[in-house]
Amino acid sequence: MSTHPSSYEPRSGVAKWMDERLPVARLMHGQFVDFPTPRNLNYLWTFGGILTFVLGVQLLTGIVLAMHYVPSAGGAFDSIEHIRRDVNYGWLLRNLHAVGASMFFFAVYVHIFRGLYYGSYKAPREVLWIIGVIIYLVMMATAFLGYTLPWGQMSFWGATVITNFFSAIPLVGESVVQWLWGGYAVSGVTLNRFYSLHYLLPFVLVGLVALHIWALHVTGQNNPTGIEPQTRSDTVPMSPYAISKDMFALAVFIILFAWFVFFMPDYLGHADNYNQANPLVTPSHIVPEWYFLPFYAILRAVPSKLGGVVAMVGAIAILVFVPWLDTSRVRSTKYRPLYFWFFWAFVFTCLALGYLGAKPAEGVYVTWARVFTFYYFAHFLIVMPIVGVIETPTGMPRSISDDVLGKGNGGSALSPATAAAAAEKR
Amino acid sequence: MSSHAEEPTRRDFLTIAGTAFAAVGGAMALWPFIAQMNPDASTQALASVEIDLTPVKAGQAITVMWRGKPVFIRNRTPEEIEKAAATPVGELPDPESDLQRVKKGRENWLVLVGICTHLGCIPKGQSLADMKGDYGGWFCPCHGSHYDLSGRIRKGPAPRNLEVPAYEFVEDTKIRIG
Repeated sequence: MSTHPSSYEPRSGVAKWMDERLPVARLMHGQFVDFPTPRNLNYLWTFGGILTFVLGVQLLTGIVLAMHYVPSAGGAFDSIEHIRRDVNYGWLLRNLHAVGASMFFFAVYVHIFRGLYYGSYKAPREVLWIIGVIIYLVMMATAFLGYTLPWGQMSFWGATVITNFFSAIPLVGESVVQWLWGGYAVSGVTLNRFYSLHYLLPFVLVGLVALHIWALHVTGQNNPTGIEPQTRSDTVPMSPYAISKDMFALAVFIILFAWFVFFMPDYLGHADNYNQANPLVTPSHIVPEWYFLPFYAILRAVPSKLGGVVAMVGAIAILVFVPWLDTSRVRSTKYRPLYFWFFWAFVFTCLALGYLGAKPAEGVYVTWARVFTFYYFAHFLIVMPIVGVIETPTGMPRSISDDVLGKGNGGSALSPATAAAAAEKR
Repeated sequence: MSSHAEEPTRRDFLTIAGTAFAAVGGAMALWPFIAQMNPDASTQALASVEIDLTPVKAGQAITVMWRGKPVFIRNRTPEEIEKAAATPVGELPDPESDLQRVKKGRENWLVLVGICTHLGCIPKGQSLADMKGDYGGWFCPCHGSHYDLSGRIRKGPAPRNLEVPAYEFVEDTKIRIG
């Protein structure tokens, strides 16, 4: 696909002059206008575009919020209220940014599970997948740093608990944590450096997203059948087909986004964060933002400090190895009758861990958190390698066109005549 | 480059030596950018505080700030001391006797950094109405660690006992922490 030639034809004299010196328009045309996309992409494939949009919203709202925010222990909390009440449209910008973080994670989770269901991580897309995992990690770091900035009780104690993860490192842990804090506890010094890094990381994300898209355009997109496009009739040009589908999905997504921004901006936050940070009082029930809850449940499920931190980090790091843990010859779970059930068990596990992460760490909640933590890891380390070997995939079509036209399901013979007819219909 | 193995030349030596110097120089240039994040001089200057203990009656506890961290000072009653001292040390996750955690002759004063050794929350147990956990000392609400009347971890995910900061009695009723 990288060798796909651009059909760009400069129309004006200026365009021709530019094309001979810096062919940006030619590159864009080749990669985003007549780039061949599988013709059977469903709406789950629109989340890449949605994520790019949300990243743009976060950058734009973040840059203007930074014009009014005061990054100091004395001023941060008040400046957020100042933004909400006094700054022109400050309420809107702040709500867009806070809700935007949640929307970003909602979209990224759909995107990740899409990849897991359709085997988008399998060869030759391993590097594409790993860049995605790195993007997810940087997103988590950015979201954590950003949540510290309002300097409420949850900001302060969330920062304390999460920076303390590093104190679990043997020998140097304590020094590392003091280095992160710039003191002996989380303080205004910590807030300033978190602000600096929170401004930096989104630009790192932009660079990583560029690499992610580059890798995507080298291998081409996966699709619901998991079969590579073989003929021209298996693909359609990105514009207008994929672009218009993306735009429609984006419009629907923006309605959801706007619903939260205008009608329930604080629903996804925590009331304790409207109390100013107090280093002497820990809230009775510390919970992270909803998008971190499954990992928080894993942390608390392990009855040892180092073990809990290792399990939590491992839960994310294990995603890197998925391309090699899955031994199946078939990409798409659609044609994997056994793995299908394990996939949905895994989705349920993640949701259950999210629920348990929000509950107090006691009694039956801990027991269940341990059960689901076990399955979380078992899914990757036991289910993926074994099921891929023992299962017989069924119902694979011969090509994307066959699947779209409802022919040849079950891998039945397809005569050359019908194949030609299918191609003609294009 | 010829295809057969050759003796290292002067140029090979210069390349390796030059690269090594550039690497060392690069690392040294990087150091100030890393070290600037460590606690600064003004933070370190707050390293010691003096506390007057006169108003703290037996059974009471106060919280003071030291290095931006809360320090719990508890004036233990004779029964509490007895209970803490009677605990079999061998059964503890982080074995320390009560005597190792107080000053000899002033066993009633228990001085602790009030930060859970798990993930840094402030345990409950300083005020009378607080939950004090299963062992009558402190209870960390974040992840459920129980500390006893000597500040030792008894139950829950915390790996170590509550830290006893370096402190000394400058007078009978005054201590200096740090």
